[in-house]
Amino acid sequence: MSEVPASAAGDGTSDAPASAAGDGTSDAPASAAGSGQGGPVLSLRHAAKAFGAVQALADGSIELYPGEAHGLVGENGAGKSTLVKILAGVYQPDAGDLIIDGEPATFAGPAAARGAGVAVIYQEPTLFPDLSVAENIFMGRQPVRAGRRIDRAAMNREAVTIFTQLGVALDPVRPARGLSVADQQIVEIAKALSLEARVLVMDEPTAALTNVEVARLFSVMATLRRRGAAVLFISHRLEEVFASCQRVTIMRDGRFVLTAPATELDVDSLIRGMIGRDLGAMFHKTGVTPGETVLEVRDLAREGVFSDVSFTVRRGEIVALAGLVGAGRTEVARAIFGIDQRSSGSVRLLGKLLPAGDPAAAMAAGAAFVPEDRRQEGLVMDMGIDDNVALASMGRLSRGGLIFRSAERKLALTWANRLRLRYGWIGDAVSTLSGGNQQKVVLGKWLARQPALLIIDEPTRGIDIGTKAEVHRILDTLAADGVAVLMISSELPEVLGVADRILVLHEGRLAAEYASAEATEDNIMRAATGQAGRDAA
Amino acid sequence: MSSEIAPPAAGQHAPPHAPAGDAGARPALWRRALRWETGLVVVLVAALVFGSSESATFASQTTLFYAGINIGYIAIMALPMTLIVVTGEIDLSVASMLGLSGAVLGDLWHHGWPILPAIVIALLADAAGGALNGVLVTRVGLPSIAVTIGTLTLFRGVAEILLGSQTIPTASDRPFPMWLTNIGVVPVPGTKLSYTTVIFIGLAVVCGVILHVTPLGRAMFAAGLQSEAARFAGIRVARMKFWLYVFSGVICAFAGILLAAQNSSVSYNAGFGLELNVVAIVLLGGVSIFGGRGTIPGVVLSVAIVGSLQMALTQMNIDPNVQQIVIGGLLLISVVLPGLSRGARWLGTRPGSLRSGHKPPWALSQRRRL
Amino acid sequence: MTARPAPAPGAPRLGTVLRAREAGTAALVLVVFVATTLRDHNFANVNSIQQLLVGASLIALLGVGETLVIVTRNYDLSVGSVLGLCAFVVGDLFRHQHIPVWSGFVIAIALGAAIGAINGLITTVARVPSLVVTLAMLYVVRGVDAKLVNGHIVLPSQVPSAFAAVGYRNILGIPWLAIIVAVVVVAVSYAMRSFRPCRDLYAIGSNPEAATLAGIPSGRRVFMAFLASGALAGLGGALFLALFAQVDNSAGIGYELNVIAAVVVGGVAIFGGSGTVVGAALGALLLNTIQQALVAVRSSSFWSEAIAGALLLAAIAFDRWLSLRVARGLRSAKGAHRDLSVASRGSPT
Repeated sequence: MSEVPASAAGDGTSDAPASAAGDGTSDAPASAAGSGQGGPVLSLRHAAKAFGAVQALADGSIELYPGEAHGLVGENGAGKSTLVKILAGVYQPDAGDLIIDGEPATFAGPAAARGAGVAVIYQEPTLFPDLSVAENIFMGRQPVRAGRRIDRAAMNREAVTIFTQLGVALDPVRPARGLSVADQQIVEIAKALSLEARVLVMDEPTAALTNVEVARLFSVMATLRRRGAAVLFISHRLEEVFASCQRVTIMRDGRFVLTAPATELDVDSLIRGMIGRDLGAMFHKTGVTPGETVLEVRDLAREGVFSDVSFTVRRGEIVALAGLVGAGRTEVARAIFGIDQRSSGSVRLLGKLLPAGDPAAAMAAGAAFVPEDRRQEGLVMDMGIDDNVALASMGRLSRGGLIFRSAERKLALTWANRLRLRYGWIGDAVSTLSGGNQQKVVLGKWLARQPALLIIDEPTRGIDIGTKAEVHRILDTLAADGVAVLMISSELPEVLGVADRILVLHEGRLAAEYASAEATEDNIMRAATGQAGRDAA
Repeated sequence: MSSEIAPPAAGQHAPPHAPAGDAGARPALWRRALRWETGLVVVLVAALVFGSSESATFASQTTLFYAGINIGYIAIMALPMTLIVVTGEIDLSVASMLGLSGAVLGDLWHHGWPILPAIVIALLADAAGGALNGVLVTRVGLPSIAVTIGTLTLFRGVAEILLGSQTIPTASDRPFPMWLTNIGVVPVPGTKLSYTTVIFIGLAVVCGVILHVTPLGRAMFAAGLQSEAARFAGIRVARMKFWLYVFSGVICAFAGILLAAQNSSVSYNAGFGLELNVVAIVLLGGVSIFGGRGTIPGVVLSVAIVGSLQMALTQMNIDPNVQQIVIGGLLLISVVLPGLSRGARWLGTRPGSLRSGHKPPWALSQRRRL
Repeated sequence: MTARPAPAPGAPRLGTVLRAREAGTAALVLVVFVATTLRDHNFANVNSIQQLLVGASLIALLGVGETLVIVTRNYDLSVGSVLGLCAFVVGDLFRHQHIPVWSGFVIAIALGAAIGAINGLITTVARVPSLVVTLAMLYVVRGVDAKLVNGHIVLPSQVPSAFAAVGYRNILGIPWLAIIVAVVVVAVSYAMRSFRPCRDLYAIGSNPEAATLAGIPSGRRVFMAFLASGALAGLGGALFLALFAQVDNSAGIGYELNVIAAVVVGGVAIFGGSGTVVGAALGALLLNTIQQALVAVRSSSFWSEAIAGALLLAAIAFDRWLSLRVARGLRSAKGAHRDLSVASRGSPT
């Protein structure tokens, strides 16, 4: 859940928007190639890697120069994460050359990569919650004094030094447990710095950051670049890539497509490079006349999280909940569906009052919920596609209390076809699917119930562009078929393109409501940051 | 709802599958599941052949009868345990609940109660014990391994408080009624099987149907694999686990009463240490300790194997201690063999991505987030 | 560079939390001790205190090893049977081979370590859950032990007096046994705080994937933890023999669950990643003190198990409440940091 930086998304401008002190994160584009700084710090040429029959990487190449921020973009399945794992020393390439400072190198494992100065910050936190922040930074390399005994005072001092260099202050003695995602990243970056990393790879770092935190991350990146490190920035957020990187590399289908200075590219050319063709209009809205009220939320509140939330969603409408991270959007949705409790207020579905805290009752009344976190909440990763699709429909599939695999398979096959799922065998574990296909399985599970209301939280997070468009079409078709859709999204283009009405939450309260015709990124952002009341609409 | 939900993917090519290896191998899961139970069948046959060859009296209905007596009450407890382990929890208090129900029965009998009400109270006592487990695990949210180690001590302690070091019936008590002690001693009329065997088979059928062909059973597997996702699909995970613990309590009470019938007496340390036997039988049956995998037929086979091995070794006059070694060794082999193949795969060239679902097996708990 | 910034408000420091837990357990020991002494003054006399220390020693020793294992998210259920086996083997060697006293200790430790090594190997190489491995090992070892004993119980007359002296001699009123165990506790505790390989154990339990990514050789470390646990169980066996000077095949039976109970009561998280050996030892002391207290007030000793069970449940519930409390205090919506340079343009959340 995060915020798009203030610069308008998707228009490809690289003005210094949410970038911190405007200190020139997108400065002299010629800083990289041919800047006279000497050769690249790291160069990967024509790397290939296969896993069994799957060629995850066919021709991966990248060159990183000291002091540059380099963006890496590509759809899911383009081979980016395989390339990253090769750089991290987790995988060894089947073919290709890795050259560090002009010398060929091989990384036998992550330790070798670290030793060569390559640090990777992954999307998922890799901290130790029970240990202190300082120990997290120095795990395995804690400073020692006589007799190989750990010198805690020195360790804490050094941690503070690094934090200061990064421009933040974080107590080194506190446990890592409870740190926000942004703080965890700071610790990870501090870890990388303590390793004297010369190449810092960041894999989707802004996925869960607020506006402010993204800004701070960019400023930290600038600091790192000033120290001569190279930063490899992997993101699906194209506008952020333009905001922070000097050069961009595009990959597609496991192959390197092109590298160019950011100034020579724009969003359209990026997308073209990523999927090999023009996408055309991203969103294609069908005009639908809304019908009866399906969802009626009145004075919904949860102490300390949100209050006085009232709105309706009608048949055929797509209503979006927009707002900053922490505004309470997901919490509202969870309270409506019953996963979380509510302290007051009422929820009516098709006129029927829903009891609090009872997802089964909400489902029985016709609600469906596609959660934000696919892996933990949306799917049982180790179960098959058939089991997952059938999981919410078991009651309907059972005869005389018994349920048979054939019925589950049949249901799953029907929906796999309708949603154009790409899979090997219907019994395969969903963990073998790509992010976009996994989301389709989640959708299939809920659509199989023919719900009257679909609540969907971050419908296209972590999904490649192609499947993204498919998901939007699906939502559109659903609305046309008379389903009421409540959507939560942090991507303003998505909100603006897909929704009929947009409700903006600010610190747990409804700040504004806009029909799609009158909504703009600007007024949504204002409402989200609490400035809506000031100006007349 | 229109039949074409997604638009034709105009010119879009399929992104390759995320590298994880096993995609598209149609019979893989079947084969894997079958392999464990098949292995058990092989071992069972081997055990039966071994028993018949070493002892003339092995292949007889008498043997079957006595095997039922010896292992029946333990086997019965293994069935609810299987369901609990599939949902990702464990119940180490089973043997103590067995002792507790016996103690309650004995104490009431000692104080002159009629037998049937005493039995009912004993059942309720264990149901309450199971409910305590259930509340602590689902409401208070404590880890089940720790809770049930605590309750195993607590229940055994309560049994001790009730009976002290006595064995009921004492010299001055009435003996247990004939019909009760008969249950432990004579076969079910019309068959040569012990009551415990029949009860076990009946319960196994019930549990097997529940686990494998009902929505409740699917819900148990889902809860064991990913309880958050199960909740999000409308499954009442907490309620399910709670009632499973109560179920376990009630079944253990039955087992305790059956044991009392067999021995014609109760003492506070009845079944001491048996919880580990039950766990061993369940694990040998192919149920994963992590939850989410396992079959009732596997557990039934495991019971058969352990029961027949014990009988065979007893008839060969082999030391009961050696029997223990054999059981332990069998359990060890049953987990090491698949483990070795897993280990070999990991050491080889298959990536087994460090970040995908393949966690180091010593991570018993996977839900740890900052 | 600059002075250390003050911690963000409400963020408890790690050291404080840990030490508070240990202090809590120690305080409970004192409370029980004092309360019992008020009922029965003899509880506080020298003999009685020595009994308290000695009675807790074996479980505390096993608890040290068990802590190392549990911290890494594993379990060692074989410790009780290993103790029994080593006790018998050493006793048997004394009576038949007349080995020197010091080698009794060495052999016990070595044998325990060997079994621990097997546990460790199977857990790490064959990737089998340790609960299962050590459960199976418990059976095997118990069986082997019973087979060896076979009715030939080791008797006091067969144990060399120098060896048995360890079991009952005091120095300055403190039993040797307790001193030995205390030394082990202090040494291991110090190591767990000060040496990198030991810190790795905490890392492995706290986040196994991160540990691998950080380059920690998890397999090797977990193996060492099992090795240590086995070795300490072996030492426990030798001490058992010294203490009781008699071994049959029931030695050590049921210890494993007592040890885990003591360790949990002492604040070691059952899911790994945190906890101290000092806490574990104090947990053992607490449980034993309660048991002795019950005897002293002549309450039927039949209550001791029930009380131990209730206490264990209370300890787990308390630890959970405590960790939730701490985690809540550590999590603050705005992040636990302050920016040293004013950064953003947008208004903060």
